[in-house]
Formats: sequence, C-alpha cells, structure tokens
Amino acid sequence: MIIAEQKPFEEIKTLIGEAENILVVGCGTCVTVCFAGGDREADILASSLRMNGQLEQRSREVKHVTVQRQCEWEYLDEIAPDIEESDLLLSLGCGIGVQAIAEHFPEKWVVPGLNTTFMGLPLEQGVWSERCAACGDCVLGLTGGICPIARCSKSLLNGPCGGSEDGHCEIDPDTSCAWQLIYERLTAMDRLDALLEIQPPKNWKTSRDGGPRKIVRQDLRLVSEEAGDD
Amino acid sequence: MIENQGGNGAVSDSILERTLRAGHFAVTSELGPPQSADRNVILEKAGLLKGYSEAVNITDNQTAIVRMSSIGAGAIVIQEGLEPVIQMTCRDRNRLAIQSDLLGAYALGARNLLCLSGDHQSFGNHPTAKNVFDLDSIQLVQMVASMRDECIFQCGDAFKGQEPRLFIGAAAAPFADPIDFRPYRLAKKVQAGADFIQTQLIYDVPAFEEYMEKVRTMGLHEQTYILAGVGPLKSPGMARYMKNNVPGLLVPDQIIERMTAAGEPWAHIGKEDLTKEDKAARSAAWKQEGIQICIELINELRRIEGVAGVHIMAIEWEEAVGPIVEGAGLHPRPAIESLPA
Repeated sequence: MIIAEQKPFEEIKTLIGEAENILVVGCGTCVTVCFAGGDREADILASSLRMNGQLEQRSREVKHVTVQRQCEWEYLDEIAPDIEESDLLLSLGCGIGVQAIAEHFPEKWVVPGLNTTFMGLPLEQGVWSERCAACGDCVLGLTGGICPIARCSKSLLNGPCGGSEDGHCEIDPDTSCAWQLIYERLTAMDRLDALLEIQPPKNWKTSRDGGPRKIVRQDLRLVSEEAGDD
Repeated sequence: MIENQGGNGAVSDSILERTLRAGHFAVTSELGPPQSADRNVILEKAGLLKGYSEAVNITDNQTAIVRMSSIGAGAIVIQEGLEPVIQMTCRDRNRLAIQSDLLGAYALGARNLLCLSGDHQSFGNHPTAKNVFDLDSIQLVQMVASMRDECIFQCGDAFKGQEPRLFIGAAAAPFADPIDFRPYRLAKKVQAGADFIQTQLIYDVPAFEEYMEKVRTMGLHEQTYILAGVGPLKSPGMARYMKNNVPGLLVPDQIIERMTAAGEPWAHIGKEDLTKEDKAARSAAWKQEGIQICIELINELRRIEGVAGVHIMAIEWEEAVGPIVEGAGLHPRPAIESLPA
C-alpha cells in the first residue's frame, strides 16, 4: 500500500494561509491503514486547526469529511456539497488523492496535508518499510522476491556492493542490505546460480524516467475511441 | 576496429597494461583532486608521485564530496608526464554522460579506467542530491568493453572512427559482506571485461591469502591482473577507525598495537601537557611506522600467487608513496617502451 506521513503542523498552517472555510478531506484506504490521513487523523487535524485559529484570533471554520477512496472521482462526488461550501481543501490523501481533488474540482484550491513517502508494508505496529519503486519492469523473479531497485540504496542489479556490514546498508544501520537478503534467500533456496549471471543495464523507460506513465486496456474500456489526454 | 591490438594481446597502449603484460610487479598510486579549480594542487601532487608508479588513480568525487573532475585532473596529470587511471562512478552520471565523458577522456590521452558504483551521496557534502545509478559497476565495465572491442554504444548502435582503447579496471572488496560471495562477484567483473582489479585496503594478509586461494581455484588470476590495495596508516586512531567503522576492512590488532607502540615515548605525557612539538614528533613516529608496516605488507602480498601488483592509497598523503615504493624495493620502476608485436 501507499505509506504517507502528516506534514509538520507549522507547514500545514503556512499552506492554508488566510483561508476561512477549510475542509479537511480524509481518505479511507491506504492512509487510514498507515494512520496518516484516515477519518481519525482528519478529525484530530481539523480540531487542531480550529483551536489554533482561536488562539491566533482568526476567523477560521474547519470541517472534516472522509471518503472511501480519494483517488477515484466517483467517491469524491459524494462530498461535492461539502467541497462547494469550502474555500480551501486540505487533503489527507496521498499525492494521488490531492490531484484527484484538484482535477475534479478545478475551481477549488487544494493543498496536501501529507507527504506521500513510499509503497511498502507494515513490519509491526507503527513501523513501515518500502518494498516497491514501481519501476514498471519487475525483477523480483530474479532476486528471490526481494527488490533491489526499491531496497538497495544504489538500486544495483549486480549487487552486493562492498558497503554493507552485518547485513546492514552502509547509509543507515537501520536499513537491511537488500543484496545480503537476496544472497541469503537464494542460498537457502539453493538458487545461487541466478546471482552468477550478469544482469544487463535496466530499461528505465518503464520507470518514471520514461516520462509520466499511463496504461490503456481496450478490453476494459467502455468507449472505443482513442483514450484522451491525461 | 582493434587495429592496434598486436600479437601481445594488449588492448590499449597504457603503460600500466604494458608493465603487467611484460610480467613486472606493477605499482599504482592515488591522487585526490582538490576541492577547488586550483591546477597547482595537481601539479604538486603529480610531482610527489612521478616516477613511483605506472599509473595514478584520479578519484571521482570520492566519498561523494565535490572535487575537480577526474578527467580534468587526469588531463593535467598527462601533461605532467604521468599516466592517470580515470575513476568513473555510476552515482553521478547516466549511460549517456559516462560514454561521452569517456570518449572525451580517451581523446585527452587517458588510457586506464576504473569502474566503480560510487559512494552513496548521503556520505558526502551534497546529501540532498539526486543520485543516478543508471548502471552498476559491472554493467559499466561491460559497456566500456563493448565500446572498445566492438565499437558499439550501450544502446547497440555501432560507431565509426576511433574507439576508446581503455585498459579497464574494477574494484574488489575481498572482505566485504557476504564474504563467501566475494570471489564470485570478482568473477562477474572479470566476465564483464575487467582487465585489472584494484582491491580494497588489505591489512590482514592471511585473510587475503584465503581469498586469493579461492580466486586461483576459479582461475581468475589468469584472466585479470589483481593489484592488492595497501595504504599507510597515519595514527593508531586511524587504524582503529578503519577496523571499527569501515565496512569490508580487516585491521588485525597486531597492526594497531604496532602503531600504538610507535607513540609510546609520548604515552606518559598527559593529553593537556603535550606540546605542539611533542605532537609533531609523535605524529612523525606514527607515520614512519605506518610507512614501515605498508612496506612489509607489500613484501608479503607480492609473494602471493596471482597478485600482479599493488595499489597504494595514501589518501591526502602523497608524500608517503615515494618512501613506500623505495622501501619495498620497487624503485626505480621498470622502463617499458613497447611490447613485442
């Protein structure tokens, strides 16, 4: 899932500026699960902004609402009346949610309350770790299900470099060396031969380096004309 | 294509390659470019190193700290009559930039290249930079070998005209984790086309002997020239730091003890009571011992079958290279004019 964390309160205050009718929009999917932008967090942030407005003697109304998925326009339609009443939308969705609101309500000003950090999983309550970089050309079949693109600090395809120590990456003792993990897993599975082959330079075209990405599935589309611009 | 490849098997006209192919025990050293545009720093360091090694590695933003470029400094070194080993990392350049820079480096007279992944930028003075790592070091070796031997760019397009006839090197860290994989990683670099290897600093000779035994079993020493990395220690503190903080470095206690013993005459003086003169004298004693240990290491390493030379890394201490090379009986360097065709 997408992992995010809330921006510092001071930054959020700067982003909302002089707005008087603020709607904090939570999202019921990934950011709820990672405790960054669900209904509870939207509620707390709205209260904090109201209290702060009183302390600073501002005329500031803050409401909050949460949609099931901020990244789909049909869910946003459900809160259109709340959105219409507001002069600023503070999204607690990921970066996709913020943009979905901006695209669907082009006359409204929307600002992000979260920093979208990565795609990953919870290791335990309160700890999340990156797992996928969405490179668009999955190599997990070569590396025993451990991604060197997302999890090696240098995204090496022919690792390991010489910088790990006791299984930790040289850039941070709290980060596992992806190549140490790959090596151990392939050794345990008796598939070390896979590491002896030289992996050629990666085609980064499928990654962000090829420009913004889009998938068109004609088999799923309801209209047959050419897919429109983004 | 490969017109100047004679019967001697040489891939370049590098002095380093010719020295190795002639069967001499080779010496390379290292020159760190300045954190400025000051040409004089290069001239001074080149003056200290000249005549003591076949080639001089010019680091490429080492430890991710901005310095004069390796190719720029390398071009100055060539004018001074030294042969550079251009270091190229994958951290700062993508495949376009690397290829174009290497064409330029060859045109400027560079004949040796060391292919590296590069230290992560979080260690350096621009930790907020975006890194590249379009290629890794093994892919870099492969790409340069294809440019040299097949006149093709990485994309597969052939090019006409002069190919960059570089003697291609790669690094090896014999004691880095996972240690059992290290000989295999070396094999991958050799398979990719590494003509020579420079290792991480070696202080633990028995451990390196074990590594070399595996390397020999795999026959790698016959497919590439392995230069063992050595470096003089400046103080016991430096030795302890390397032992405890640098991944993949083994520093035996015995060496730390020798360095400590060299400072023994000053050990009874309290830290506050050490005069400037005391500190200078102690530092000189430490450095002398550091150079002596380095000489002894070279003498032990050169006896190991498959070690074709040494790479002396005297970081920001180029003055040490002359005494080390002389002390190890490796001076004067062999005169290599040309190889038989």
